[in-house]
Amino acid sequence: MTFRIGPRTNQIIAYSILLLMTLITVVVLFFIIGYVFKNGIGQLSLEFLTDKTRDMGKEGGILPSILGTFFVTIFAIIIATPLGVGSAVYLVEYTKGGLIHRIISFGADCLAGVPSIIFGLFGFIFFVIRLNLGWSIISGGLTLAVMIIPTIIRTTEEAIKAVPHSFREISYSLGGGKLDTILKVVLPTSLPGILTGVILGIGRAVGETAAVIFTAGSSLGIPTSAFSSTRTLAVHFYILAREGISMPKAYATATVLIIIILLVNFIAYRLMHRFMAKYY
Amino acid sequence: MKDKIAEKLLLFIAFSAILFLLLITFFIFQQGIPLIFKVGLSNFFSTHWAPTRGNFGILSMIIGSLMVTAGALVVGIPFGLACAIFLAEFSSPPIQKTLKPIIELLAGIPSVVYGFIGIVILVPFIREHFGGPGFSVLAASIILGIMILPTIVSISYDALLAVPNTYREGSYAVGATKWQTVVMLLLPAARSGIVAGIILGMGRAIGETMAVIMIAGNALKIPHSMLDSVRTLTSTLALELGYATGDHRAALFACGSFLFLIIILLNIIAIKITGRK
Repeated sequence: MTFRIGPRTNQIIAYSILLLMTLITVVVLFFIIGYVFKNGIGQLSLEFLTDKTRDMGKEGGILPSILGTFFVTIFAIIIATPLGVGSAVYLVEYTKGGLIHRIISFGADCLAGVPSIIFGLFGFIFFVIRLNLGWSIISGGLTLAVMIIPTIIRTTEEAIKAVPHSFREISYSLGGGKLDTILKVVLPTSLPGILTGVILGIGRAVGETAAVIFTAGSSLGIPTSAFSSTRTLAVHFYILAREGISMPKAYATATVLIIIILLVNFIAYRLMHRFMAKYY
Repeated sequence: MKDKIAEKLLLFIAFSAILFLLLITFFIFQQGIPLIFKVGLSNFFSTHWAPTRGNFGILSMIIGSLMVTAGALVVGIPFGLACAIFLAEFSSPPIQKTLKPIIELLAGIPSVVYGFIGIVILVPFIREHFGGPGFSVLAASIILGIMILPTIVSISYDALLAVPNTYREGSYAVGATKWQTVVMLLLPAARSGIVAGIILGMGRAIGETMAVIMIAGNALKIPHSMLDSVRTLTSTLALELGYATGDHRAALFACGSFLFLIIILLNIIAIKITGRK
């Protein structure tokens, strides 16, 4: 006699397994964040955030790395935002499918899939050596800019597409040219969406290691110019953890990193959500 | 007039992504490919890597990369698909709205943090319960599997949502359960998107560097079991680029060229499959 499981029972079993696996995924995420916080929050203090790094990171704080991360990221955003937004505007407003659209889209998709170590190799040979910029904030910032361009293109593209067509028609009917319409109607309306892309780009830049360690270097000094070598938070954390310099400092640095990442993702999510709720 | 200039300028800017892609290709190949011709393919694809003594074989690293990638897929595909199906078909809008950003947050966590969690939790756990050094193919596979989850989830989820509702309605109308509908109709209909998501996840796993360096052990030999230490293409690049000079550096770029080719190939396959409009 064969025992057959009915479709209803089957559905219940399948549902339970799917639910369990989804819960495991969520638990893993909360576990990673919780574990780092549990061991790191106690080490955090104003002094840790504002003190120089001493004895390779065994003592002192992470001020040089905070400044380094800040400057490298700002530099990357300043370069990547006009390129990313400009590309997206062109894609949505000026091309209607066709070969050019496909080439640009292909470039953005491919660039998005390139792993960070390849950006590191490229930045090292091109910015650091060929353009002779050395291990510096500029080299690191330019490398990260190339890396986050696709993020900004894709998010901006979605935002611009979401602007209702009637907005553009009204602008044209009032005698506005194409450029005026883009500058005065399309871009302001899609601004929250564009900001989301930029903020997600900031998140990627802050968390990045492989692409900056060979371009911005790992100097622990306070950066004094755009040509100073610097060690970003992620790189500092990597060196602390891998070389076993100080576990308490590693946990504390990781906590700062994760707080920044959570903040960035939260802001991006809220912005995008409000924007999409308005126009979709 | 103003509009014409703006259009030209924007066209120029719009080519920046493809321009950078070409620049990356050019500079990495220019640094690496000559060495492959100089030493020959048999040297380059051997298992003997001693770049300061003229041996540039990357085969054991290729095998290492393939092993951890396969391992990552074994972990990532079932969990990724489960999350995508659960989100798209079995949860109400408020649950979707809460769960999706949470799973996407996994993509935002820096790879060094994953590597660190690997060092402090996974590696000791494997060492105590399964034996071996702990720094292993297994540790790298599990961590990479978690890291590629968001890629697989978000692309498969979009593919499932893109299946027209008439499929579901028709299926329920003939008395099929939700699960039967998923297995018999929705998964086959969303197949191309799901495959694309898996391929992109695979690309992420092959290309991941920092997390792998921290937990794979990096020993230069072909691993014989899941508990052996392993060295991937990416870890070799990151471990040696800092001090390599001359032919050694060129060999790293040759290794990078090979990695880059694989990634671009995977990207092209994924793009072709989804057939972007």
